[in-house]
Amino acid sequence: MRRFLSLALLCFLLLGITLNAQAQSTDAASSSTNDAAALELLEALDVESYTAKGEAITAILQSDDERARDWLQALLDGRLQRTEDGRFVLVLENRGRDWPVADVLTGEALGEMSRRDLERIGINNNLRNQLRSAIAVVDLYSLNVERRRTSAERLLGEVDGELVPTLDDLIAQEEDEQVRYRLTQAVAIYRAEAGEMAGVEALDGSLHPRSRVALSRAANGDDPVVANAAAASLSGIEQQLKINRGLETLYFGLSLGSVLVLAAIGLAITFGVMGVINMAHGELMMLGAYTTWAMQQLLPGQPGLALILSIPAGFMVAALAGVAIERGVIQFLKGRPLETLLATFGISLILQQLVRTVISPLNRTVITPEWMSGSLVVNDALSLTLNRMYVLGFALVVFAGLMLIMRRTRLGLEVRAVTQNRAMARSMGIRATRVDIMTFALGSGVAGLAGVALSQLTNVGPNLGQNYIIDSFMVVVFGGVGNLWGTLVAGLSLGVINQVLEPWAGAVLAKIIVLVFIILFIQKRPRGLFPQKGRAAEG
Amino acid sequence: MNTLKRSTHPQRFLSSGRFATALLTAAVMGASAPAFAQDDDPIKVGILHSLSGTMAISETVLKDTVEMLIEQQNEAGGLLGRQLEAVVVDPASNWPLFAERARELLAQEEVDVIFGNWTSVSRKAVLPVVEELNGLLFYPVQYEGEESSENVFYTGAAPNQQAIPAVEYLINEVGIERFALVGTDYVYPRTTNRILEAFLKDEHGIAEEDIMVNYTPFGHSDWQNIVAEIRRFGEEGKPTAVISTVNGDANVPFYTELSNQGIDAADIPVIAFSVGEQELTGIDTGPLVGHLAAWNYFMSVDNDDNYDFIDAWIEYTGDDMAVTNDPMEAHYIGFNMWAEAVRKAGTTDVDTVKDAIIGVTVPNLSGGYAAMMPNHHITKPVLIGEIQDNGQFDIVWQTPSTVAGDAWSDYLPGSRDLIADWRKPMECGNFNVVNGSCGGSTAAEEAEAALAE
Repeated sequence: MRRFLSLALLCFLLLGITLNAQAQSTDAASSSTNDAAALELLEALDVESYTAKGEAITAILQSDDERARDWLQALLDGRLQRTEDGRFVLVLENRGRDWPVADVLTGEALGEMSRRDLERIGINNNLRNQLRSAIAVVDLYSLNVERRRTSAERLLGEVDGELVPTLDDLIAQEEDEQVRYRLTQAVAIYRAEAGEMAGVEALDGSLHPRSRVALSRAANGDDPVVANAAAASLSGIEQQLKINRGLETLYFGLSLGSVLVLAAIGLAITFGVMGVINMAHGELMMLGAYTTWAMQQLLPGQPGLALILSIPAGFMVAALAGVAIERGVIQFLKGRPLETLLATFGISLILQQLVRTVISPLNRTVITPEWMSGSLVVNDALSLTLNRMYVLGFALVVFAGLMLIMRRTRLGLEVRAVTQNRAMARSMGIRATRVDIMTFALGSGVAGLAGVALSQLTNVGPNLGQNYIIDSFMVVVFGGVGNLWGTLVAGLSLGVINQVLEPWAGAVLAKIIVLVFIILFIQKRPRGLFPQKGRAAEG
Repeated sequence: MNTLKRSTHPQRFLSSGRFATALLTAAVMGASAPAFAQDDDPIKVGILHSLSGTMAISETVLKDTVEMLIEQQNEAGGLLGRQLEAVVVDPASNWPLFAERARELLAQEEVDVIFGNWTSVSRKAVLPVVEELNGLLFYPVQYEGEESSENVFYTGAAPNQQAIPAVEYLINEVGIERFALVGTDYVYPRTTNRILEAFLKDEHGIAEEDIMVNYTPFGHSDWQNIVAEIRRFGEEGKPTAVISTVNGDANVPFYTELSNQGIDAADIPVIAFSVGEQELTGIDTGPLVGHLAAWNYFMSVDNDDNYDFIDAWIEYTGDDMAVTNDPMEAHYIGFNMWAEAVRKAGTTDVDTVKDAIIGVTVPNLSGGYAAMMPNHHITKPVLIGEIQDNGQFDIVWQTPSTVAGDAWSDYLPGSRDLIADWRKPMECGNFNVVNGSCGGSTAAEEAEAALAE
């Protein structure tokens, strides 16, 4: 890869001036002669062998055609395609059955074409790498700062001796701080690997993995002075990395914890406050997730909007299902926990099979909106995944909302009154049955919300609920039945404990250790972390 | 068993009143009629796939596939002049239940052949039953090998038809030097990874520290730590790849996490042995372009037989977006092989078909032929595909010719000396070539061990 890059760059530099000149003045006469040559260049791409395709890419890069970058980008994106009559077209949009296309050579729009009539020029991973490097080389001279940044980052660890002088020149001319920093680093990595002191010094404190590799090579070099310096800055970097790794694990733990909290908090209301063991809680989450899927089907092309709309929709669907379960089954089994458990378990199986038969036994695709994918880069060694950050935030908002409802609204007051002393509450004029329905609907609705969030993290399929039901009960029991704060603290701390144990014990063992820990804990404190106090607890 | 006995014991057959009719038919039809014309009852084909529970996601389509093949066969006039009839049971993703359902199929329904199972543990559970009741089982899924039963035909890939060529592709074509073996915690990934580790170390001199092994529970959904670990593992300056034997549902969160943590296929490619077109229907494949899978068939194979199969499948399911996958092709091959063997033997009698099927060759869907080997495994081409943004695979490499399935791995110490050959006179599934003795059937112990886990 490195050899290719420097070769490509050298070729490009020789041609760079003519290319810029041409970009400014293109007359009709020269473009038609260009098109013949261009067609030949593109023809070379339409071959079976990937090695031949690689050579064709190099040829395109070496050509002085100003459209080279666009072609390479189109090839990389899989948008460079060929029609049945051998014309090269650029696919502008590849959703649905008919795609709008434009002629690659003239840029003329050709209307929509059926995807059956188009043949994509395929690439493999090696070519993908080659294309990215090629585009990076072109982009180094781009007027667009973003492109220069990506390009400079790509060069880290891919620089060799021939490139260094050119890069030094570029650094001197570069105006953007970030690009300059990356280019300096890229050169320093080369120097450090070559055993130069300057390189090692420049890399001090850099957290980028390529820098670390370069430094560890320098630390094994011949020159003892350089080797010692490299070893010293390596140990400093390792120290930094340890801190970052700790922060990362904490984030992982909080994120897993937030999923647990979301899954458990609805249960904390139905089981914790009302005392109903609802084994179909997981399936209510599944309904929420399927609502998200259905919303995205209703609003094709707008996954973000669909996701936001499915927050209220998921809540409503699950809440209504909850009301149906409460009215249909649970109200007749009041005070008979074992029967309730069996009946709701039956409901959970029915709901699962219903989804399997009505929708499909296969998982459904829920698209993650653009703004939720990828990660937030804190530094070279620490980046936080966005989808999980949103879920963490969502969990906290849901928790705060529930707290508000329970503490500040009439409904919350009535719920607390009914659960503390049903007879007394009724004699004060509270309609206990209505409160039961509302409470169960609230708990179920929150399960629906959890389902909406989970659709962004895991499979949306008939088994979604099963995977979370045990964990949910675990969190509620560990936190202390009837206490929302307990659920929050228990969920987050179990998440962190699990993630701290995982790298050390492995995923399977970590889960077992957490379970054993909870069993021991419940032996010692049967009422969980935050037991309810006072007379209410005795009832 | 009655149907079978009727045809295998001449005395009873003679005593039955049907003999006269049979003779007459034979006389009328002349030489073309089979020697023992059987009654007109349909031939029963058992289908043993989970239609509910966790494995329903993968197994339901296989049930549909066999039903479609039966329908096609019936439209073409059936087999031996008899119609085929599907007998479907639902073992509900419950391993011990697989054994009960298999018993039901063989003892009560008296099916002539069974197509079924997905997970290895369910196959192990069924093994003693099909051996005891002398049934025929066609198993369509890639598996870990280390097994050869007289009554089972393995139409999926053995490790040397999938895992080993995939690793050689990574080393030779992609230049990978560091491997993370990530799998779900059960018998198939563990055995496969054991074989791969031995293969990497002994054949390619890969050092211990360049191999990372990680297991996760079924349905694992929180991949943050493991993916971060893989990322760090790949940052040591050597080209790194992940070999994934992660099963079913756990793949979606795994791939989502990979793309969110910015691991691109061009940096650290993931090659999967359990992810096919079916599994990808639940994933937004945009961020996964370039990750790999190794199979013996892809829906994107450019071949007329394949297009016919896809068209038939779309018509049968009535779903324009229906996809086909590797285990479906395995059933296609297995079904045609069995039909061919029955035609060749002129009977559905298990013992006769078992002998007749060895050497039977039928077309596969990728433009070649599959032959049944004496070890009850078949020949298959190995294809490597890269995931595309439309949920299909683009084939980037394939073996020049088909590879014969190897029941016993050449890379594991205990199994290196074993071979399977069900032809006479050897008739043994685990013959030790060093001491020249046959180990005999261990189906009962294996089933017990698998179910105990």
